[in-house]
Amino acid sequence: MSVIEVENLVKSYDDVEAVRGVDLHVDAGEVFALLGPNGAGKSTIVEILEGHRTKTSGSVSVLGFDPTDHHRDYRERIGIVLQETAVEEQLTVKEAIDIYGSMYPKRRPTDELIEIVGLEEKTNARIRTLSGGQRRRLELALGIVGDPDLIFLDEPTTGFDPSARRQAWSIVKNLTSLGKTVLLTTHYMDEAQFLADRVAVIASGEIVAEGTPDSLGNRRTAQSIITFSTDASDGLSLPIGGAVVAETGSIEFRSDDPTKDLHTITGWALENNIELVDLAVRRPSLEDVYLELTGGDADE
Amino acid sequence: MSDRRSNRSLLATQVRYQNKIFFRTPVAAFFTIFFPLMIFVVFSLVFGNQYIEELGVTTAQYFAPAMAVFAAVSASYTNIATTTAYQRDMGILKRVRGTPLPAMTYMGGKIISAVEIAVLSVVIMMAIGVAFYGVEIYARTLPAAIVTFLVGVGTFAALGLLVAALVPSGEAATAVTNATLLPLAFISGVFLPPSSDAPSWLTAIADFFPLKHFVEPFSQAFNPLYTGSGWEWGDLAYMLAWGIGAALLAVKLFKWEAPTGGGSRRKRRQRSAS
Repeated sequence: MSVIEVENLVKSYDDVEAVRGVDLHVDAGEVFALLGPNGAGKSTIVEILEGHRTKTSGSVSVLGFDPTDHHRDYRERIGIVLQETAVEEQLTVKEAIDIYGSMYPKRRPTDELIEIVGLEEKTNARIRTLSGGQRRRLELALGIVGDPDLIFLDEPTTGFDPSARRQAWSIVKNLTSLGKTVLLTTHYMDEAQFLADRVAVIASGEIVAEGTPDSLGNRRTAQSIITFSTDASDGLSLPIGGAVVAETGSIEFRSDDPTKDLHTITGWALENNIELVDLAVRRPSLEDVYLELTGGDADE
Repeated sequence: MSDRRSNRSLLATQVRYQNKIFFRTPVAAFFTIFFPLMIFVVFSLVFGNQYIEELGVTTAQYFAPAMAVFAAVSASYTNIATTTAYQRDMGILKRVRGTPLPAMTYMGGKIISAVEIAVLSVVIMMAIGVAFYGVEIYARTLPAAIVTFLVGVGTFAALGLLVAALVPSGEAATAVTNATLLPLAFISGVFLPPSSDAPSWLTAIADFFPLKHFVEPFSQAFNPLYTGSGWEWGDLAYMLAWGIGAALLAVKLFKWEAPTGGGSRRKRRQRSAS
């Protein structure tokens, strides 16, 4: 069943088109990531789906509602974690969850939410005293306090330290195991890869690629990359053509047939008594694909 | 949905929580409750129980209701305008907008909270006046005084929401409320008894705005020489007209997000967080 149905969505501000004909289809229980650089239009799309913005044209249906109607039945079924919202600083963590929870017909118990986001020690602390990461976790709790069917996460871990990010990710993973649908925006490749079932890459208001994190940009069939570095002098002739010396000084090959090419390279190294330092074979990372798609890599 | 809480219960929760926020914001609590009380006490100490000749009442008897009105207007007009605009700057209104809470319930919570705070401050003011400065309260005019007070607070709460709807930021709301309330308080007989020497244009300005139509009938109800029951229907209707007009305009113009770009909002948020 389709939870989000967007067709040919356009949003213009004055004479700037922030979103230019986007199609999205997200099924129930799916974690869908909008991946793209700042200013690509991710947040605009999400805010239209949440009902915070109006669309210029196109059709939008979320859980069967038109979000611009701002229907109470709709808002009872969604949970929103935005970048630019805040919680009343004068309240305690527990009070905030109680008050926001009171607005929903279905709701998760406050204690359970505090435990899910790991704020047990701050239960009765004023929000004013929380760190940035703790506030973000509180906002995550407020986003799911109404036990929503669909959760919007707008850059949920921006500004987190690595352990807080891991923690936030496991919270989101828990939610999806309960069958919740999640629409996530992020500019972190690893976040999309870890959390999302499907990813759409957005650049300049358009979707430039869409698929599972593994298949995105034909990663599955793309050339592998073989890299190594060596102490040997530059005079050596490599057994395979097309090598590139990367900025780091390591040597890089693109290969359609990594098994055979690797065999050739290691054979050549043994013959010439050369040590291959940091020898590695990898597929293009999501980051490589992303940079290529969004034109973010100056070398391309 | 059957599990949905009734609007009345939602409203009660909102009122409780707005009250909580008010009392945990020391600046707001100080200027609303203690500042008018302080002025009243200082005036009463300095001028003692001197008679104000033109009015035939003691200083304390005059200033207790006048300062009660000032406190009520601070609780409603100033407080609602500034907290609402600051909450919009912070992104709190946007969060609320994304929840199922009806907008009217949220606004209603703010208004009823303001009424409760105003009632509390007038009770404190009058209690101190009666206990220490010989202020007298008359049963004959009390019903009219209470109704006038509630209509006045409601009107100024609506005006506070209108200011919040019109200004771009919390700072602007603070500036606008102070720049409007303080001069009006001086010419409307809140800080000074009205003078017959005032130029007619100044009197005309005071007559136009609702503050004078709040403080005059309310103060009259505490005038020992006054013999009526205190119902000033013209003033009540005039205040109501302002209040309803302001409320309609506020609903029409209200914005849930700060009009400035996200950048400045983020900055403000960081500043307040640090």
